Amino acid sequence: MKNRLIVSVSPHLHKDESVSKIMWMVIVSLIPAGAAGVFIFGMTALWVIILGVVSALATEAILQRLTKRKVTILDGSAVITGILLAYNLPPRVPFWLPIVGAFFSIAIGKQVFGGLGQNIFNPALVGRVFLMASWPKYMTAFTRPLSFDAVTSATPLALLKEGKVLENISYLDLFLGKRGGCIGEVCILALLLGAIFLFIKGYISWHIPLPYIFTVGLFTYIFGPRGLFSGDWLFHILSGGLILGAFFMATDYVTSPLTRKGQVIFGIGCGLITAVIRLWGGYPEGVSYAILMMNAATPIIDRYTKTRVYGSR
Amino acid sequence: MKKYFNEFLKGIIRENPTFVLALGLCPTLAVSVSVINGIGMGIAATFVLLGSNIIISLLKNFIPDRIRIPCFIVVIATFVTITEMTMKAYNPVLNRALGIYVPLIVVNCIVLGRAEAYAQKSSVINSLFDGLGMGVGFTLALILISGIREFLGAGTLLGYSLVKGFEPAFVLGMPSGALLVIGLLLGFFNILKARKV
Repeated sequence: MKNRLIVSVSPHLHKDESVSKIMWMVIVSLIPAGAAGVFIFGMTALWVIILGVVSALATEAILQRLTKRKVTILDGSAVITGILLAYNLPPRVPFWLPIVGAFFSIAIGKQVFGGLGQNIFNPALVGRVFLMASWPKYMTAFTRPLSFDAVTSATPLALLKEGKVLENISYLDLFLGKRGGCIGEVCILALLLGAIFLFIKGYISWHIPLPYIFTVGLFTYIFGPRGLFSGDWLFHILSGGLILGAFFMATDYVTSPLTRKGQVIFGIGCGLITAVIRLWGGYPEGVSYAILMMNAATPIIDRYTKTRVYGSR
Repeated sequence: MKKYFNEFLKGIIRENPTFVLALGLCPTLAVSVSVINGIGMGIAATFVLLGSNIIISLLKNFIPDRIRIPCFIVVIATFVTITEMTMKAYNPVLNRALGIYVPLIVVNCIVLGRAEAYAQKSSVINSLFDGLGMGVGFTLALILISGIREFLGAGTLLGYSLVKGFEPAFVLGMPSGALLVIGLLLGFFNILKARKV
């Protein structure tokens, strides 16, 4: 008979979780937003997503093979990077843009630092910002929603920045995603569905997203266009990539603070920078820059919010 | 003869000022936007290095130890002035492109570093080859960096566009692109070095 007595060190209660399982769950939670993006912008959006994911996986595999490390493309992290990068692109970019972006995300954003768990910055955002700085022409050419010809239209935030009037865009349109924008950021409803799934599963907590969104709302309300306390805060929350960024990118385990207190500080910092860029900065949208800047501040936040060892002073 | 050749060669690979000693990075970051700027800067710095190394090594027994840095600077500044005036007279376009970075060769850490670490305690002929080697190493590094940046960032090489339909990545023409390229090249040379040992 087999020896049934297994002696092991604590913890004895074992939960069936692993890094790659969480990663795949996050991928599942991202599916509704992508499906909505494909529905709103047409099949080209699907191609952008597929190209992003495939080239992220290929880059990861090639680099790990070249540096003679274990090839870990099945842990899902490269898939997430590819998906998030594609979600941050306009639907009608040239085919090489997601490929170059995914390569840069994985190579410079992640593998240069030593792979998963070592990177300082969110890889998908590194790729997006690189593309934004390199080919601004393509990165700001947004197409009109639900019309299957390549008519370009500006995002609501870009219109606001240029001081134009926002005609016939209701909050419901913004919530359902009937507006110009990046593939994965437009449909707030789908994003919230995914986020709620992650909340229920316990994979993300409210400590980053809620302070983030609250701070953006508060600031855009206070510093409105017609004097103090006149801002359209709901518009600012629903437009741009705020919901996508707050729930899916700012909450990245690797690049956000460890403690609850630190995460709240991180969220507020992201919100402040986003609001400042949107209200007074040169770009219409600042979510990606805000998250990257706070990524850089994460080690220092962690240092100052270290928990006290029980019994010590 | 082989000894001198070694002095010359060490500046190019083994002690390359940019990739191994990590000296003179500020002009490297600033002027490596196009290959022609890189070559111009490299030649200017090579000339200054050569001149200052020879003169300082000749004067090494007369320079008081306590005020050696001001003395070095006077020698270096003389050569920089010669370079700048020559460049202004014969190649005003390049001079304008390099701008403030020509007079700033005075405080280029490669030049001062070689004076301090090498020329003031070596023979004239050794210093000559050291200065030449360091200058050529610096120039080659600049050509490499600016070649990558000009090709990927502007789609051209020495001003000629090479590939039709290639869409350059603007970011490489910006300072952030310079940091990226230099960082990656430094890493690459470190890998090579680690492999050789």
